[in-house]
Amino acid sequence: MRILEGEGVTKYFGGLAAVSNVDFHIDQGEIVGLIGPNGAGKTTLFNLISAALVPKPGAIRFKGEKITGLKPYQICRLGVARTFQEVKVFGNMPVLENVLLGSLFGTSTGMSSADAAREATGLLEFVGLSAVRATPAKDLTLANQKRLEVARALATKPELLLLDELMAGLNPTETAEAMELVTRIRDKGITIVMIEHVMKAIMSVCDRIIVLHHGEKIAEGTPQEIATSRTVIEVYLGE
Amino acid sequence: MNTIRDIFKRPLVPGLISLILLILLSTLPVYGSDYNVILLTAILMYVIITVSWAIFSGPTGYISLAPAAFFGVGIYTMAILGEPLPLLVVVVIGGLVSFILALIVGALTLRLRGVYFAIFTFGLVVLIKELLLFWEISITGTRGRFVVLESNTTIYYVMLGIFVALMLTAYFIRRSKFGLALQSIGESEEAAAHTGINVTLVKVITFAISAFFMGAAGAIIATRWTYVDPYVAFNPLFSFLPVLMAIFGGVGQLYGPVIGAVIFAYLEEILLTTFPYYYMLIFGIILVVVILYLPTGLVGLVQKLWKRSSGEQHANT
Repeated sequence: MRILEGEGVTKYFGGLAAVSNVDFHIDQGEIVGLIGPNGAGKTTLFNLISAALVPKPGAIRFKGEKITGLKPYQICRLGVARTFQEVKVFGNMPVLENVLLGSLFGTSTGMSSADAAREATGLLEFVGLSAVRATPAKDLTLANQKRLEVARALATKPELLLLDELMAGLNPTETAEAMELVTRIRDKGITIVMIEHVMKAIMSVCDRIIVLHHGEKIAEGTPQEIATSRTVIEVYLGE
Repeated sequence: MNTIRDIFKRPLVPGLISLILLILLSTLPVYGSDYNVILLTAILMYVIITVSWAIFSGPTGYISLAPAAFFGVGIYTMAILGEPLPLLVVVVIGGLVSFILALIVGALTLRLRGVYFAIFTFGLVVLIKELLLFWEISITGTRGRFVVLESNTTIYYVMLGIFVALMLTAYFIRRSKFGLALQSIGESEEAAAHTGINVTLVKVITFAISAFFMGAAGAIIATRWTYVDPYVAFNPLFSFLPVLMAIFGGVGQLYGPVIGAVIFAYLEEILLTTFPYYYMLIFGIILVVVILYLPTGLVGLVQKLWKRSSGEQHANT
């Protein structure tokens, strides 16, 4: 089943097409990698899906329903959560409260404070941050702040999770841990789209890869197909 | 175990102190002189404007310079409706008119960030003042208006009532999940929106709640001033003072703005009576020193000293 579909999704910044007429689809339960050189429009596409920006023209459908024109908080409550390329944790708030906000406000049905607290505590355990639950989020290491963003996003009970460069700036051990975290999230039944520059991670974790270049989709396929695609190699390495 | 004990322990001492203070304040007209009642009314007025400013601007970081607008709307509500309607009704109407004005202004301008928002809100003060001036001169043909008289004790009790309602509101906002959402907006508005928080709604409602109390305070203080015109009612000082008082006290805690406003208002009174010519100058110097050396305000300073001394105790044992 297609959980997310984009049709002719386009976004101009002034005269520059950041994302240009991109058609894409995401199937339920898969991990899709979104790659491309810097400035290819990957984060812009995430912003369009999560309603930080509105596509013009183009339409995005989530579980068959058109979601273009909704506000970010509505998209979140429908079941699409995201993390940010530049981490955006609530720095002066304790780690637990960061996650609590997701459970309190991000779910479609809402939940009682007691349930939200239980949920948040459980998620901190899931991402491995139980020990620092009372620490202000700004005092965490980058790797842990990224984990916290994932926990906050998961607290909104998403069906689709958008991860924007989860592994950028992490050391090899942390990257391996992040990869393991991604597969554990998928095992929970959550569909994942991830922007990533760490090729090893993308190739081993993803079921399918979409390649963007200058705002256009230039290739799509299994990691094997992408790794051997002439167009992709040309874009990344030059001719 | 620990958490249950903490819940019982936490509100007890501040709650007890608040109760004693409240009893002292509500019996003041019995044992205090008339001067004390008037002074306390003025101090409470500053506290109300400052705390209501801090309800919104404290957690969100949006610096509003609109207090004078909401305060002035309350003043003019009393000047216009004070004669035909009962006092308390007019006070509530004054609050509601400010509330509605804030809803409209908030919905229009809370997309603006940082200095743009500050300038717009200040523009609102000037705009309303000029509109009113135009209206009064060319339509009603008046420059100023006389306001109904009330006894000093009545004014004091109404002001105290508004203060108590405000403190309870501020406390519950802080303790609620609504307050948590408000704080997250100040930390990162974008992340808050993508975490399922309707940021526009939360901001606009809080902005309007803070305006309600400013309007109510303006309505009641108008009866003490007896004569108002647009220049008096929309004095820009009432936009800047709450910001200064809140920063002076420290916005991190609920009692920060209260302490800031009390000390500030009392200081103003003393300086004004003892150094009538230099009071603004001394005032200015104190402000500069506070902003330079106490970025977290008086409360922040006390907390730092407290931590240091308790830290030493731990080191000694």
